[in-house]
Amino acid sequence: MAEEPMTTRHIPDRLQGRSARLLKSWESLLVVVAILIFTVNSFASPYFLDPWNLSDATFNFTEKALIAFAMALVVISGEIDLSVASIVALTSTAMGYAAAQGFDTPALVAVGLMTGLACGAINGLLVTRLGLPSIVVTIGTMSLFRGIAFIVLGDQAFTSYPESFAYFGQGYVWWVFSFEFCLFLGFAVFYAALLHLTNFGRAVYAIGNNQTAALFSGVRVARVKFTLFLLTGLMSAIASICLTSRLGSTRPSIALGWELEVVTMVVLGGVSILGGSGTIGGVVLAALIMGMVTFGFGLLNVPGIVMSIFIGFLLISVIALPILYARLKRRMAH
Amino acid sequence: MLQDTTTLRMKPAIALEGISKSFPGVHALSDVSLSLYPGSVTALIGENGAGKSTLVKILTGIYQPDGGAIRVDGAEVHFPSASAAARAGVTAIHQETVLFDELSVAENIFLGHAPRTRFGLIDWTKLNADARQLLSRVGADIDPTIRLRDLGIASKHLVAIARALSIDARVVIMDEPTAALSYKEIHELYELIDRLKADGKAILFISHKFDEIFRIADRYTVFRDGRMVGDGVIAGTTQDDLVRMMVGRDVGQVFPKQEVSIGGPVLTVSGYRHPTEFEDINFELRRGEILGFYGLVGAGRSEFMQSLIGITRPSAGAVRLDDRVLVIRSPAEAIEAGIVYVPEERGRQGAIIGMPIFQNVTLPSLTRTSRSGFLRMAEEFRLAREYTSRLDLRAAALDQDVGTLSGGNQQKVVIAKWLATKPKVIILDEPTKGIDIGSKAAVHAFMSELAAQGLSVIMVSSEIPEIMGMSDRVIVMREGRMVGQYERADLTAEKLVRAAAGISETTP
Repeated sequence: MAEEPMTTRHIPDRLQGRSARLLKSWESLLVVVAILIFTVNSFASPYFLDPWNLSDATFNFTEKALIAFAMALVVISGEIDLSVASIVALTSTAMGYAAAQGFDTPALVAVGLMTGLACGAINGLLVTRLGLPSIVVTIGTMSLFRGIAFIVLGDQAFTSYPESFAYFGQGYVWWVFSFEFCLFLGFAVFYAALLHLTNFGRAVYAIGNNQTAALFSGVRVARVKFTLFLLTGLMSAIASICLTSRLGSTRPSIALGWELEVVTMVVLGGVSILGGSGTIGGVVLAALIMGMVTFGFGLLNVPGIVMSIFIGFLLISVIALPILYARLKRRMAH
Repeated sequence: MLQDTTTLRMKPAIALEGISKSFPGVHALSDVSLSLYPGSVTALIGENGAGKSTLVKILTGIYQPDGGAIRVDGAEVHFPSASAAARAGVTAIHQETVLFDELSVAENIFLGHAPRTRFGLIDWTKLNADARQLLSRVGADIDPTIRLRDLGIASKHLVAIARALSIDARVVIMDEPTAALSYKEIHELYELIDRLKADGKAILFISHKFDEIFRIADRYTVFRDGRMVGDGVIAGTTQDDLVRMMVGRDVGQVFPKQEVSIGGPVLTVSGYRHPTEFEDINFELRRGEILGFYGLVGAGRSEFMQSLIGITRPSAGAVRLDDRVLVIRSPAEAIEAGIVYVPEERGRQGAIIGMPIFQNVTLPSLTRTSRSGFLRMAEEFRLAREYTSRLDLRAAALDQDVGTLSGGNQQKVVIAKWLATKPKVIILDEPTKGIDIGSKAAVHAFMSELAAQGLSVIMVSSEIPEIMGMSDRVIVMREGRMVGQYERADLTAEKLVRAAAGISETTP
């Protein structure tokens, strides 16, 4: 820089260019994998490349991805929220109950969002006020929230949703682009900006890398963490609105097991399960990959249980691979 | 009590001859010799960083010396591991004694060498009976079958000593054994040490407390800067002699202290207290002043400073900054008010390893570098460059992970981070602990420069030369209280050590 006084030693801002860093990143690997799966799918089934089929395929991942965006921030901050699927269930139950009372669509959405926020607030308070580990808190609330849904519903189901409510899960904004897919794109941009462009996002990284030092540096750790749990609650509620609208009914087992798929998506996206690193771009790519794999399996008539096995396998390998890679690199260095 | 003539006639149980040990950049021990005699207590005295703990680690086989010899009964031995030292009969009892909370007292005593039955199983009857006998030898009325975690710290010490007896230790090292004990427990420990002496054990007693040393030790050895600077018998030695040996060196010439005209009060602290850590802290900090806080480790200095910036809450007390009463509930509020704290534990509380240098520097200043909550990277790089260059940081690039830097350069990043907030008061807690000489000098020079620019500096340090070289005024704390306050003009190392260790003034 010209206005800098000549010091004895000039330290450059960046070690390597943007393109060089991009090329070596986990995200570029994900792009390659996504292209690979896309190619395999289009050869495996003649129906895959149809625009409407592809559009249908997005429903496999959009709702989970909405939760995964907020979950990515939580995991980067060094915490986890395993209650998300149960928040989806409780939110859906609350909306179903409200619908049965004759509430119209805007009121149902409000009830859903409030329920999700309340669940997030409970998680956030337990973690920040009582200082409990989030994995324990959210395993507890995972049972609690779904338990309430079971008590309310038993073996019944809420099915009487107003007609206009169907738009969130079944409506299209333009041509093949569904409301859900547009929501997915919009929130991807929102969360990418929040994490990568704001002070809040920087605080999330700082907490995930070293919570004590972040606190000493003036980061309001408890406030940030509470906000993150509010966000996972809110996103679970939004996902629940979409899912309930798409299915048109609520059973207490709705979205069962989603927390694992959401966490898998986040970790596959390159977010360190130990906290401190990861990007929203990676999570978007991971969502696309998981969606395409599910869709591909569907086209090939692979049974659902194989999909669970695949998810489990994926979760273990994406956690193990970076560790093995680092170990290999260290061994090569010697 | 043994006379000097007796010990001289006796052969040492263990002798260190010309031991040297260095770590990258530091000579921890140079050419140190020490003999421990059976039935005698030798006090090892020295400031923090004088090399005492390195010596203990060499004696117990944790470190290998670079040079010199260890002799047991005159024969040269090597301790390649902790277990080799234990087999030779050397055992150490630390402040935090390594025992197992979930095992019984008897199991702790005999761990690794429990009596066996004919079938190779542990002989529980004999185990408990032997444990009971050992415990009674150390005068402890403890049931050997209860869990260790149900015992107090003093009883745990007794168990550790019983364990030492069980392996037939000949050399017992006690590293500040009284640090966590009550008055009554300390006296029980003295009685126990007397019994160990009568049993013919050679004891190395490490303590900062002179009253203890004069009560229990027969001989002394003084370390300073990794060298043995004096030894002899306690009888006929005064506290003054020992203090002089501990600190006797020139201080001042290597410290780049600038003459600064000190202004009016900036920070006033009154009646600060905490239920367990400190009480009655009152002082004024003036513009351009470097105020040193000296004391032994655990004197409550860091705890007080951390309560000042809102990490912990004091139970009472008031802070005024520039005539404004402050209520600080979090570090964020302290930074906003203009008080920053550079913590002692760089890796845990200071640097955020895993994040780049520039993001470390700007973290507390983000409100200034950002616009309506959005980051501005160019501003961040500018701020980081400005402050890291003032501290002469050595790094390849500002987006380099701070964890890849040396300790000294990490400390520069950490100091730059807090300076970039443009504070009125900066508190530096052990600012040069564990960093190389070159970085130390850079930090000291910078500290002087800051004071000259009108910043008020509080420096917590346990290093006498640093305190004496840098401070305009020194407050000494002991056991959570302020026990002395000295202006630069009448500052002597002896006064500081006395106050910190709680030795009353005597006529020289």
